Amino acid sequence: MNDNNNKINASESAITAKDFASDQYVRWCPGCGDFSILAQTQRTLASLGLKREKMVFIAGIGCSSRFPYYMNTYGFHTIHGRATAIASGVKCANPELSVWVATGDGDCLSIGGNHFIHLVRRNIDIKVLLFNNKIYGLTKGQYSPTSDHGQVTKSSPYGTIEYPVNPLSLALGAGGTFIARSIDREAKHMQDMITRTNNHKGTAVLEIFQNCLIFNDGAYLKYTEKETKDDSVLFLNHNQPLVFGENNSKGIKLDGWKPVVVDLNDGKHSINDLLVYDETNRELAFIMSEFDVHPLLPMPFGVFLDTVRNTYDTDMEEQIKESMKKTGEGNVDDLLKGNSSWEI
Amino acid sequence: MEDETPFEETGYNGNGKNGHNQTEIKYVDEVTIRFAGDSGDGMQLTGTQFAETLATDGTDIGTFTDYPAEIRAPQGTLSGVSGLQIHFSSRDIHTPGDEIDVLVAMNPAAIKVNLKNIKKHGIIIANSDAFDKKNLELAGFETNPLEDDTLQHLHIYSIPITKTTLSVLKDMNLSVKTAQKCKNFFALGVLYWLYNRTPDNTLQWIQEKFNKNAELAEANTRVLKAGYYYGETTEIFTSRFDIKPAALPKGTYRNLNGNDAVALGLVAAAKKAKLQLFLGSYPITPASEILQTLSKYKPYGVKTFQAEDEIAGICTAIGASFAGALAATTTSGPGMSLKTEAIGLAVISELPLVIVNVQRGGPSTGLPTKTEQADLLQALYGRNGECPVPVVAAASPSDCFEMAYEAARIAIKYMTPVILMTDGYIAQGSEPWKVKKLTELQSIEVQFKTNPEGFFPYVRNEFLARPWVKPGTKGLEHRIGGLEKQNITGNISYDPENHHIMTKIRAKKIKNIELDIPELELVGEREGKLIVLSWGSTYGAVISAVENLRAKGNKVSHAHLRYINPLPKNTGSILKKFEQILIPENNFGQLSKLIRSEFLLETISLPKVKGVPFKALEIENKILEILKH
Repeated sequence: MNDNNNKINASESAITAKDFASDQYVRWCPGCGDFSILAQTQRTLASLGLKREKMVFIAGIGCSSRFPYYMNTYGFHTIHGRATAIASGVKCANPELSVWVATGDGDCLSIGGNHFIHLVRRNIDIKVLLFNNKIYGLTKGQYSPTSDHGQVTKSSPYGTIEYPVNPLSLALGAGGTFIARSIDREAKHMQDMITRTNNHKGTAVLEIFQNCLIFNDGAYLKYTEKETKDDSVLFLNHNQPLVFGENNSKGIKLDGWKPVVVDLNDGKHSINDLLVYDETNRELAFIMSEFDVHPLLPMPFGVFLDTVRNTYDTDMEEQIKESMKKTGEGNVDDLLKGNSSWEI
Repeated sequence: MEDETPFEETGYNGNGKNGHNQTEIKYVDEVTIRFAGDSGDGMQLTGTQFAETLATDGTDIGTFTDYPAEIRAPQGTLSGVSGLQIHFSSRDIHTPGDEIDVLVAMNPAAIKVNLKNIKKHGIIIANSDAFDKKNLELAGFETNPLEDDTLQHLHIYSIPITKTTLSVLKDMNLSVKTAQKCKNFFALGVLYWLYNRTPDNTLQWIQEKFNKNAELAEANTRVLKAGYYYGETTEIFTSRFDIKPAALPKGTYRNLNGNDAVALGLVAAAKKAKLQLFLGSYPITPASEILQTLSKYKPYGVKTFQAEDEIAGICTAIGASFAGALAATTTSGPGMSLKTEAIGLAVISELPLVIVNVQRGGPSTGLPTKTEQADLLQALYGRNGECPVPVVAAASPSDCFEMAYEAARIAIKYMTPVILMTDGYIAQGSEPWKVKKLTELQSIEVQFKTNPEGFFPYVRNEFLARPWVKPGTKGLEHRIGGLEKQNITGNISYDPENHHIMTKIRAKKIKNIELDIPELELVGEREGKLIVLSWGSTYGAVISAVENLRAKGNKVSHAHLRYINPLPKNTGSILKKFEQILIPENNFGQLSKLIRSEFLLETISLPKVKGVPFKALEIENKILEILKH
C-alpha cells in the first residue's frame, strides 16, 4: 500500500531505522551482504515513514529468509520456496497490508520457481527482495539455479553443467510490471531501489546481487572493485541516455535490436547516438535483462521496467463488491436453504 | 409436444391418473434405480433431476455416482459407462441401495456392467437403438441380450429412444448430433411416468438452464414430454409405481451432496465466527466442486484463490489465516501428499486452517473417480516430526456440512489445522438434509488479540491455544515461523529441553479436544458378543446392516466415529465391553490398526478396496458369520 493510511502522521514521533530492528541477534556470517540489505531496508522504510504494524515480511528458507526475524514488523518465516504463495494469501486476505517477501536464488528460483512465476503473472501487490548470491549458502555451498556455468561447488566438483536462470528475464516473461536490480555494496542505490519497489502498485521484483563471503566470495567483484567497476556497471535512468565507463566515456546504442557499446571519445559517436532509456518500455526491459549473457556488455542496475496493470488483490475485492452491489449482500440462511427446498 | 400447452393442462390431473391410461399404480416401500450409459449420454444429469424431483416430494433418497476418469471415454465400451444410482424410500434410508430394481440402459455396455447388481425380476429399460452390432461387440455380447435369453429373469422394456427423440425433433432444424443429445430426457420422461411423478420440476429447470437458448429449451421440453407420454400411451408397462413420502422429522429440507455441504459448512462457520472465508485450492477430482461452489459465493464475501498447484493452495490459505481469515484448502489424496510439508508449518505456527481431503482410490493417481478411505493413516501420521493434527470424518453427504463446521470450530478455538475426511462416494452422493439455521449452530468465538500488555506469540489460554493477532494491529508486531519456538516468547530456540516441552504442549493441546467433542454414541446393547465400529462414509451401509439384523433379532451393536483424532473419550470403554470388534473399511484395515494400538484390543477387519462403497448385505453377511461362531 502506498497511500497515507500506511504512513505515520507528522504528529507522531519520527521513526528511525532502529525502530524497524527487532530485538533478535542477527545471525548471518560476519561480512555477509545480507547485513547491507537489512540496513538499507530498515533505513528506507523508516525514511518513508511507514507504519511498522502495517508491514508483513514473509520468507521461505535460506540465509536470506531469516530476514523477517530481524524486522520489527509482522513476519512469517515459512517453508522452502513457498514465501511467495503464503504472501499471496496474506495480501489477498488483507490488501491493506504492505506485504514483502525476502527470498534467495535457491528459494525463489529453484524450489519456489513455480510460485514466483504465478505471483508475478497475477501482479499481486507484493514486494519481492530477491537476494542473489549464486550459491546455496545455508546448506553449505552447492550450486544454485543462478550459479555460472562451469562453477565449481561442493555438489559440482567438476564444474556445474547447468546454465543459470536469469531472474529478471523470467519475471518479465511472466508478465512482470516492476523489475529492478541493485547490489549490496551500493547503499544509496539500494535505498533508491527499495523506495521504488515500495512505491510500485503490483508485484515488484528487486534482484539484489549479494556476496556470500563463505561459499561464493567475489562473485560480483567485477561490479564492486574500483579497477573494473566503471567499465562493468551500467546504471539505468529513466529518460537518460545509457552511459557508463570512466567519466561516462562509453555508451550503449542499439544496432537494430542489438545493443552495442560505443566509445564516446572515438570521434565517431556522440551522446545523441545513445539509447535513451524508457522504463515503461517492456521490449527495452527485455533487451536490458539479457545483457548479462553478453560478455562485452556492462551489467545494468536500476529500474528495468515500471508499468501499471490491475492487481489481483484489488480485482478480487472489486469482484466481491460488484457482486454485492448487483444482488445485495448474501443472506447465509437463504443460502443454506437453497433454491429447491421443501417442507415436511 | 408440439404445442405450448402447459403440462398440467394436457390431461394430467396430478394424481397419477389421467384420461388415457388406467395402468394400475402399485405402492412400494423402496426402489433403487440406476441410470447408465456412455459418459457423454447425460446420465448424471438425468439421475440428478429424477432424484431432486423425488426428494422434493418428501421421499427419502440416497444417491451414488459412478463415472469414468475420462471426460468422454470411448463410446460403447465397458470402461466408458457412467451411472447414477438412486435409492428412494418411504422409510429413513442411509445408502444408495445394494441392488438395482430398475436399470435405465442407454447402451449394451450399461447392461453388461450392471447386470450382476440387478435384482431378480428387476426391470431394464433399454434404448434399443443403441444395440447395434458394433455396440454389442464393444460390450462383449455375441447376440442381442434384448432378444436372446440372457435377460429372461428380468422384465425388459425395449424402447427405440434415439429414433423417437429424433422424430420428435425432426421439424426443428437441429443437427442430428444436437438432437441425439436430448435422448436422456426421453428416458427421464418415461421414468417420471413410471414412478407417477410429473416432469414439472425438470421442465422448470430446462427453462432456467436454457433461458438464453430457446431452441434447446424447446427441444429438451419436447423430448421430456414425449417420454412421459410414451409411457402413458403405449401401454407397454403393465404397472406403474409410487412411493409414499418418508416419515422424516418436520422441517425444511433440501437435497444436498457432500461437496456442496462442505462449502456450505465453511460459509456458515465463517459467518458465525464473523470472519472472512478464504479458500486456497487447486482443481482435483473429486474435490473440485467445493472450489467451484465457493467461487460462486462472492455476494457472501467469500474469497477463492485457484492456486498454481496444491502446495500454493494450502500456502495461500496459511497466509490468509495468518492475516486473520477463516482459511481452508480442499483436495484429494495426491494433493494431500503435496500439502504435507505445509500442514507441518500450520501445526508449528499454530494457525487455524481447515484441510478437506475428498478421498479417492490410491496410491498415486490411483482411481480418480472412485471412492476409497485409504488416506486415514496419512491424515493421522503422514508428516515429518511429532505433528499432531485433529482429524474428523463425515458420515454421509449431509454430515459433510456438520463436520466442515466442526472442523472450522475446532481449528479456530484451538489454533490448529484440522483435517476433514470425506470421499468420492459421499462428496458426489446426495441425500435430503434438514436445513439448519445459523441460530441453531454452536457459536464460534474469535477474539483477536489487540492489547499489547503481556503479549507473547506463544503464551496460551486455558485450551492451550496461542493468541491470534491480525497483522495491522499496533504494538503486537511479532514473528512466527517453521523453526522451533521458545515456549511463550516464540523466539527461535534450539534448546533441547524447550523442544521436548513444546512437542508435549502441541500434543496435549490436540488431545484436550476430546473434552470438547460429543461422546461416541452406541446403537444396541452396551455389551455383548459383537460391536461394529465404523468411520466416514461406511456409516450408511453399516447402520443399514445393523438395523436389518437387529430387526430380525440378532444381537449386534454399532458405534460410528466422526472424530478420529482425538477419539471420543469413551471410545475405549465402549469397545472393551464387547468380545469382538468388527471394523469394515474401504482400506486394508487402517482404523483397525489405530484401535489396536490405542486400546490393545483385538479387531476383525473387513476390508474392501474396489473403488465402490460397501453394500449393506456384505456387512450383514460378515456379522452373521461372526455371530454364528
